[in-house]
Amino acid sequence: MSADPSVRGLTSTAATSAAPQARTGAAPSRRTTLVLVGLVLLALGACAAYLVLEARGSWDFVLPFRGRRLAALAVVGAAVAVSTVVFQTLTENRILTPSIMGFDALFVLIQSLAVLGLGSIALNQVPVPLQFGVEVVVMLGASTALFFWLFGGARRSLHLLVLVGVVFGVLFRSLSALVQRLIDPNEFAVLQSRLFASFGAVDPQLLAISAVVVAVTCAWLWSRRRELDVLLLGRAHAVALGVDHRRAVLSLLLAVGLLVSVSTALVGPITFFGLLVANLAYLVAGSHRHAVTLPVAVLLAVVVLVGGQAVLEHLLDAGTVLSVVVEFLGGIVFIALLVAGGRGR
Amino acid sequence: MIEVRSVTKRYGRTVVVDDVELTLPAGGLVSIIGPNGAGKSTLLSIVARLLPADAGSVLVDGHDVASTPGDVLARRLAVLRQENHLTVRLTVRDLVAFGRYPHSRGRLTTTDEAHVDAALEHLGLTDLAGRFLDQLSGGQRQRAHVAMVLAQDTEYVLLDEPLNNLDMKHARQMMRMMRRAADELGRTVVVVLHDINFAAAYSDRVVAMRDGAVVVQGTPAQIMTPEALHAVYDMDIAVHDVAGAPLAAYYV
Ligand SMILES: Nc1ncnc2c1ncn2[C@@H]1O[C@H](COP(=O)(O)OP(=O)(O)OP(=O)(O)O)[C@@H](O)[C@H]1O
Ligand SMILES: [Mg+2]
Repeated sequence: MSADPSVRGLTSTAATSAAPQARTGAAPSRRTTLVLVGLVLLALGACAAYLVLEARGSWDFVLPFRGRRLAALAVVGAAVAVSTVVFQTLTENRILTPSIMGFDALFVLIQSLAVLGLGSIALNQVPVPLQFGVEVVVMLGASTALFFWLFGGARRSLHLLVLVGVVFGVLFRSLSALVQRLIDPNEFAVLQSRLFASFGAVDPQLLAISAVVVAVTCAWLWSRRRELDVLLLGRAHAVALGVDHRRAVLSLLLAVGLLVSVSTALVGPITFFGLLVANLAYLVAGSHRHAVTLPVAVLLAVVVLVGGQAVLEHLLDAGTVLSVVVEFLGGIVFIALLVAGGRGR
Repeated sequence: MIEVRSVTKRYGRTVVVDDVELTLPAGGLVSIIGPNGAGKSTLLSIVARLLPADAGSVLVDGHDVASTPGDVLARRLAVLRQENHLTVRLTVRDLVAFGRYPHSRGRLTTTDEAHVDAALEHLGLTDLAGRFLDQLSGGQRQRAHVAMVLAQDTEYVLLDEPLNNLDMKHARQMMRMMRRAADELGRTVVVVLHDINFAAAYSDRVVAMRDGAVVVQGTPAQIMTPEALHAVYDMDIAVHDVAGAPLAAYYV
């Protein structure tokens, strides 16, 4: 590639003499392409396996039924993967997930209060879309309030924000524990079943709404991928390179809040899974660029969730434990990162 | 032109930049010197809108840095900070390419590539372009960060201690490069230095700070006197005339 003769400026004297050489910044490297193609194939394989493995009975019944579950897994996987990668970029930190900032705890509190206030029978009569809507609005409202309070004013520290989020998480958890003590034991059993992430009985209407919200949010985040790359350098560099840091971070955090709220309201709290796929993504992507890490994380999430569910549900006949398994793996990654980080310093 | 108007910065009740007035004309090389904690980095960060001032304003070519859109300013002014720790693992080339973001928003054109190549070449990093930053020596890493600032190709270039970690040869190369940028390309280079001899040999103007205030400023000849240096550093420093240029013997 020859240098453009129109180049002028500080670096212009050598611009014309620069030798051609390997480019690492522009075109995707061969490794990136390989990883992406491999993951797409793996994800498709996992989806196919989930749809057809051990299928008994009529396809007319099996395919729509399994298709719906598959879609739920994919929507949640994408939401968790994208929200975690973006959140970690914004906080310049690889062991935090948005859920650690009290989202899960808030979900538990909402559920506990609902069971206490309405009773499980009345609660079951509330239309599912209404429940979903209330949950999303409360969680999004709380996160927005938190973000604007801590990040909208003069003092803007992301670390303070994260810390306050964690403290609120503890507060919500304690409140939930208190509320749960007031609930009668039968009702408590109902509550518990609502608190585990479950990919089983997902309402088709909610699934459709969530899929649209997640798709639109992810598409918007994708359009900001180059700005996200710059934010990886930290606040000072981003500002020096012309990013409106406060505005960028606020809007991106809101998108993260939306993704997490929708996915939590859809299937329940998932704390460590995002950590697992985000860190796996950084490991295999071989690039810092979000044009690579975002799709790789989404594909990994689909492979793990759908593949895991295919194995557990169809081969081991233990379909309900997927959330436990992915949380367990994610928890191990969390501990490994803590240990590695501690040793690195 | 950079105009610093009554800029004040406090941390708690400590005033670290105290009502500073400073006008730096466009073109040329200006050095800022002064002891540790004098407020040099703080002032530079305020000029580069990395830090808000508590009072006063900074104008770059008449644009108030606090209110000018960030991307407009980023095509006019580039800054190297004293500390440049990154949490993300990047190659030298990736880092330098970020310098083109204000122009290309991350979509590198051939022109951008040429600027990146040129910046790498200028700092002797062409052979190290594919290395990760954590695989470099301190001085090589410092040069990579300077290359990123150069790739930004701006009218104003602010550098906070660019000679950190550099050996004699690279330090001189760096100063010569800044001199050329000012002379041949008409750039305005503002650089924080600790070696007053480098400052005197290469600058058009020297600004000396102490305790958050500008205590002396002027041509190198005006600064390089035992009296002026004493006012800045509280040290007795002999200044010798070596081949027609002032040389401060501050080692002994
Ligand atoms: N975040 C902060 N909080 C409190 N005080 C600070 C902060 N940052 C800087 N200071 C203080 O402000 C003063 C000026 O710091 P500054 O970094 O501008 O000094 P400097 O002239 O660049 O020094 P050096 O030559 O060591 O780089 C110092 O006394 C420092 O302790
Ligand atoms: Mg400093």
